[in-house]
Amino acid sequence: MEKIGRFADIFGGQYVPETVMNAVHELEEAYNRYKNDEEFLEEYRTICREYAGRPSLLYYADRMTKDLGGCKVYLKREDLNHTGAHKINNVLGQILLAKRMGKKRIIAETGAGQHGVATATACALFGLECEVYMGAEDVERQKLNVYRMELLGAKVVSVNSGTGTLKDAINEAMRDWATNIDTTYYLIGSVMGPHPYPEMVRDFQKIISEEAREQILEKEGKLPDCVVACVGGGSNAMGMFYNFIPDKSVRLVGAEAAGKGVDTEYHAATMAKGTLGIFHGMKSYFLQNEEGQIAPVYSISAGLDYPGVGPEHAALRDTGRADYVSITDEEAVQALEYLSRIEGIIPAIESAHAIAAALKIIPTMDKNQIMIICISGRGDKDMQQIAKYRGVKIDG
Amino acid sequence: MAENRLDKRFKELKSENRKALITFITAGDGGYELTEKAVLNMAESGADLIELGVPFSDPIAEGPVIQKASERALKNGTTLEGIFKMIERIRQKTQVPLLLMMYLNTIFVYGTERFFAQCKETGIDGVIVPDMPFEEKDEIQGAADKYGIHNISLVTPASEGRIQMISADATGFLYCVSSNGVTGMRSKFDTDFSSFFAPIHKYAKLPCAVGFGISSPESAKHMSQYCDGVIIGSAIVHLVEEYKENAVAEIEKFVTSIRTALDEV
Repeated sequence: MEKIGRFADIFGGQYVPETVMNAVHELEEAYNRYKNDEEFLEEYRTICREYAGRPSLLYYADRMTKDLGGCKVYLKREDLNHTGAHKINNVLGQILLAKRMGKKRIIAETGAGQHGVATATACALFGLECEVYMGAEDVERQKLNVYRMELLGAKVVSVNSGTGTLKDAINEAMRDWATNIDTTYYLIGSVMGPHPYPEMVRDFQKIISEEAREQILEKEGKLPDCVVACVGGGSNAMGMFYNFIPDKSVRLVGAEAAGKGVDTEYHAATMAKGTLGIFHGMKSYFLQNEEGQIAPVYSISAGLDYPGVGPEHAALRDTGRADYVSITDEEAVQALEYLSRIEGIIPAIESAHAIAAALKIIPTMDKNQIMIICISGRGDKDMQQIAKYRGVKIDG
Repeated sequence: MAENRLDKRFKELKSENRKALITFITAGDGGYELTEKAVLNMAESGADLIELGVPFSDPIAEGPVIQKASERALKNGTTLEGIFKMIERIRQKTQVPLLLMMYLNTIFVYGTERFFAQCKETGIDGVIVPDMPFEEKDEIQGAADKYGIHNISLVTPASEGRIQMISADATGFLYCVSSNGVTGMRSKFDTDFSSFFAPIHKYAKLPCAVGFGISSPESAKHMSQYCDGVIIGSAIVHLVEEYKENAVAEIEKFVTSIRTALDEV
């Protein structure tokens, strides 16, 4: 029997300080009560449709398909959602839950800023106080998103401790949560953290594969042969994979960030290089040294710059249900440029990792086969970074 | 579980009708030698139990003072292996009960069985793991019991409805966290201590010590009325930060002042 909050009996758990245990249980109870509550689900579906713009399109990438000469390529357009990424799906679900739990103050962590922007947006919509923790390094490279969050009325707290990136923002959000446990709801943005977050965030993201499965059956009359998504903590990938997991013929591929290469010190390739550990509330794979100190990680993509991976992905990998590949900065930037020119779609640098992985697989597939790539977000936020990477000056 | 130094010390304190003074220092902050000297000095100056913080890259239960100490210790090359070697040296000179305060990943990655065997070998009496709640304690409890090392349980003002369950399994002493949040010196407490300690006294059949935020002889004396001992961490770590290699003399003054305050009738 599967243990509660565990995947493949090993991964997951609730490794958090005593101070937050009652809050974790309270959340677990609330989520279990509402996850099958028709009224709650209807409200979630309605707000996704009326506010976020769902369902997102499943777009047939004709020029890309012809250019590559392999399988048919479809793009699941999460970049077209309100706020420009898949993050809004989860945020809207959790905000509805927080509201029912009577919470007035929302905190969140953010890497690239997409989850922070989505959270700030939903808090504006529901009139809730919002504080977003963001690593000092990320504040610097994602200035536009910082400004967006502030414009939406959120307070952005720059985190200087540790490496000043996503993991440190999570540490600080957890400290805030423990301090203000009576009033505060911690809105985690990925399929990570203590149970019930990995399961709950997945459930709010699985709408991606619910739609994609229906859409592809409608368009093609059959299931895809391969589904590809990028993986940092892994929320868009869990959402994109979930409804295809029982369809054994569908190959699931996650693309993680290899930065400057998995054999350098500069990467965030947890699946390729991580080992089993316990951190941020969960047992999973982490990049760490031989004494269990969490390693500094690097990627051009702030959204994939995390030293761990969600526990359900760890289980999918260990059971062989999904494959994970590592994509370098250079491969991701090239894929971003490729999709921009061939389809007129500028993907987020995170999503570009999925495209790069797909570019390697597509030519090996047959022309009557089908692939779906999840375009988890749009690339506007990354323009300055990409220009800098290419040595182009676009600052005024 | 067989009695170890920690249980014996609490028994002695009880028979002498004295409060326990538990002090904390981040191991390796300022080098092993400084930690070693500070530990021996604190034991001489009236500390009954001493916690050694094992530095971790991401100490989510710590406030800024111990976070920075942890960073300094890691930067100068402190390792768990090195800490065990230091403990062996300390054990040749004192029998003061010693605890390790550390994050679960450090134990897990070292190998839980190997870790507790090493604790026993070097003379550690207990561990405090702030990111491992009651529900996940099986992760280490078996090995801790096997080697006679206390796995110290924590309760906090947010533990409503959990104190009975936690106390029932607790051994050594019960670590009562004074305030929700992280470690660090506080000028005031928001907790209503009478109602926080009421269920603790009702259910806990073991010594109770209070920590988080205590930083002066006055607050130590005040807090000690609620339980059997006080725990002081950040205030001592702050002295290491401020006085560096000269910190031992300052720590001695500070610990002595707390001891004096606790022993006043």
